[in-house]
Amino acid sequence: MPQVSFAEGGADLELAGITKRFPGFTAIQDLDLTIPAGSFFALLGPSGCGKTTTLRLVAGLEQPTAGRIVIGGQDVTAVKPHRRPVNTVFQSYALFPHMTVLENVAFGLRRRGMSDPSGKAHEALRLVELDHLASRRPAQLSGGQQQRVALARAVVNRPALLLLDEPLGALDLKLRRQMQLELKSIQTEVGITFLHVTHDQEEAMTMADTIAVMNRGDIEQLGAPEELYELPRTAFVANFLGQSNLFGGPVTASTGTTITVDVAGTKVVVPKDRAQRHTGEVTIGVRPEKLTLHTEAPKAAAGVNVLGPGRVTDVSFSGVSTQYQLVVPGAGLVGVFAQNLAFGPVVNVGAEVWVSWNADHGFGLLDEPEPAPRFAADDDTASIAVRARHELLDELEQEV
Amino acid sequence: MAFAVFGPASGSPAGSTESAPRRRGTIALVLLLPGLAYLALFFLTPLISLLLTSLQAPVEFGDIGQYQTAFRVENYAKVIEDYWPHFLRAFGYAVAATVLALLIGYPLAYFIGVRLRRAPFLQALALTLVIAPFFISFLLRTLAWKQLMADDTPVVQFLKAVAILPPDGHLTGTAFSVIFGLTYNFIPFMTLPIYTTLERLDLRYLEAGSDLYASPATTFLRVTLPLSLPGIVSGTLLTFIPAAGDYINASSSFLGSASTTMIGNVIESNFIDLLNYPAAAALSVLLMGVILIVVGVYVRRSGTEDLV
Repeated sequence: MPQVSFAEGGADLELAGITKRFPGFTAIQDLDLTIPAGSFFALLGPSGCGKTTTLRLVAGLEQPTAGRIVIGGQDVTAVKPHRRPVNTVFQSYALFPHMTVLENVAFGLRRRGMSDPSGKAHEALRLVELDHLASRRPAQLSGGQQQRVALARAVVNRPALLLLDEPLGALDLKLRRQMQLELKSIQTEVGITFLHVTHDQEEAMTMADTIAVMNRGDIEQLGAPEELYELPRTAFVANFLGQSNLFGGPVTASTGTTITVDVAGTKVVVPKDRAQRHTGEVTIGVRPEKLTLHTEAPKAAAGVNVLGPGRVTDVSFSGVSTQYQLVVPGAGLVGVFAQNLAFGPVVNVGAEVWVSWNADHGFGLLDEPEPAPRFAADDDTASIAVRARHELLDELEQEV
Repeated sequence: MAFAVFGPASGSPAGSTESAPRRRGTIALVLLLPGLAYLALFFLTPLISLLLTSLQAPVEFGDIGQYQTAFRVENYAKVIEDYWPHFLRAFGYAVAATVLALLIGYPLAYFIGVRLRRAPFLQALALTLVIAPFFISFLLRTLAWKQLMADDTPVVQFLKAVAILPPDGHLTGTAFSVIFGLTYNFIPFMTLPIYTTLERLDLRYLEAGSDLYASPATTFLRVTLPLSLPGIVSGTLLTFIPAAGDYINASSSFLGSASTTMIGNVIESNFIDLLNYPAAAALSVLLMGVILIVVGVYVRRSGTEDLV
């Protein structure tokens, strides 16, 4: 038996220079990551970004092509999965179908030769409020209950590190919310390090202390959820975590604390400490909810950026807030989230508007600006119909 | 469920409650009739005939092979007394062949069903190779083994040279060659059902096992083996039942000799050579009864009742 006592508490995880190549593609490229003990850490990214591979490497289910994995100061790179102080809540739960819920939960305890496995398993089931179903088979439980059993089966072993592979993916929204809160409280209660892999940015933000946004096998940015949201460093993070309005332009002036960027002839001010680059062509951005809509050109004031005039192309009302879509000539599409402080939408489609925002809310990104708006403003259904008709006519003409 | 289509679906629920089940019952009966008739004709009738034959008595002063209807229960006592060693031998050989076929067939099925999963072409090829022997009559294959294991073949000479076999030893006509033949002939019947369960085995369970501190060996014992139990049970049944009644491998014209006679050979010789029909029938009934009991206990013990 590898160990006969529980881990003292969470352990920190260190990935050093991890590369994982599969035949034909590289899933992870030279990844460095340190997760402090006792934290709730989320790896966030789109599918195929390498986050699940990272998790499987930590669990020992895959072998890295290069690099080291250190858990709690011990190099486990060459250690077999069943000897690692790590447990996983699998995306598919992977509950053993031929065992009862209780046997499933006690499985790990029995393998390690722990005393009183049934008692400890019952205790873990009480934690997830499923003790009354202990003698059922997994197939007799609902998806949410199975998920909680999978969680109990992993947590009962008090691993130094708990890995969660999109465990809430199969649940409906309400159950998901409830489980998010439960997970968070269990983490606080047992004090073990959680490594949570998800593509759901909202889930990552509500649960994790620290989020690492992954893209193409590498970490784009790492930090507290608020930090990542308020001050994204790259366009990928700015768009993956919430929505952003991004503008490109040259830096025309620079003071001790701010830079001024020329966005289609309008001067936009960004604080220096919120900008990654201070010279040349830069990309700057601002979150849609930081924008204020004006139906008349607002007076220029220090510390306020104004963009406009633009035209409203779409208004969608969602109860709490209204989302406006505008096109500002030269600056492209601009999204605005406005709280419904008044009664319903303030302006209608086609209205001429200006937007303003506090200069302190803008941010400057690391990316080179896109030469042109990445996507043409093709969300206008009329224009789509017209284009389709032109294409059809062209096609007919060619045939004749 | 399927019969619901024929029911009066459009009729008012209150009026049709009584007639609907009755009509459905009639349709079910009509559909079952061919099967029931077939079973009655080709299973029940021979079975009753067999039971009656087993109780027949010889015709007084009649020819050899002349019997009349009687109720001679002593027939059973007589065959048990005469042939109990052959019964034991048949079950001994069948158990040995089943165990050997399992030991060979399981790893084979595991390899094809789990390891070759990422190579569908190789998997199909390996499966074809498992079934390939069926393309040749098993009589011919068993005869081929007899040729290979005959006294003057290189195989036997080699075994004698390395002193595994004594200088005056034989391979054919021994318990070894009979069990070997049975094992060989039934390996596909063992492998295929196990393959079907292992082929569907979700490998994520194995990952979960290793994640929960189970070594590969423990994961196999606690996860893979229990999950493939249905395949093992059907494989062992498909091997054990025909092997216990087999009369080809143990016959002296194939791999056996007088010292390896199994109960199948006894039934055959009683029926064809000795013309002792009641004895042959009584032995058949006994064999059937014993197999039913053994299989019943086995299936009950292995916890896969839904197979019966």
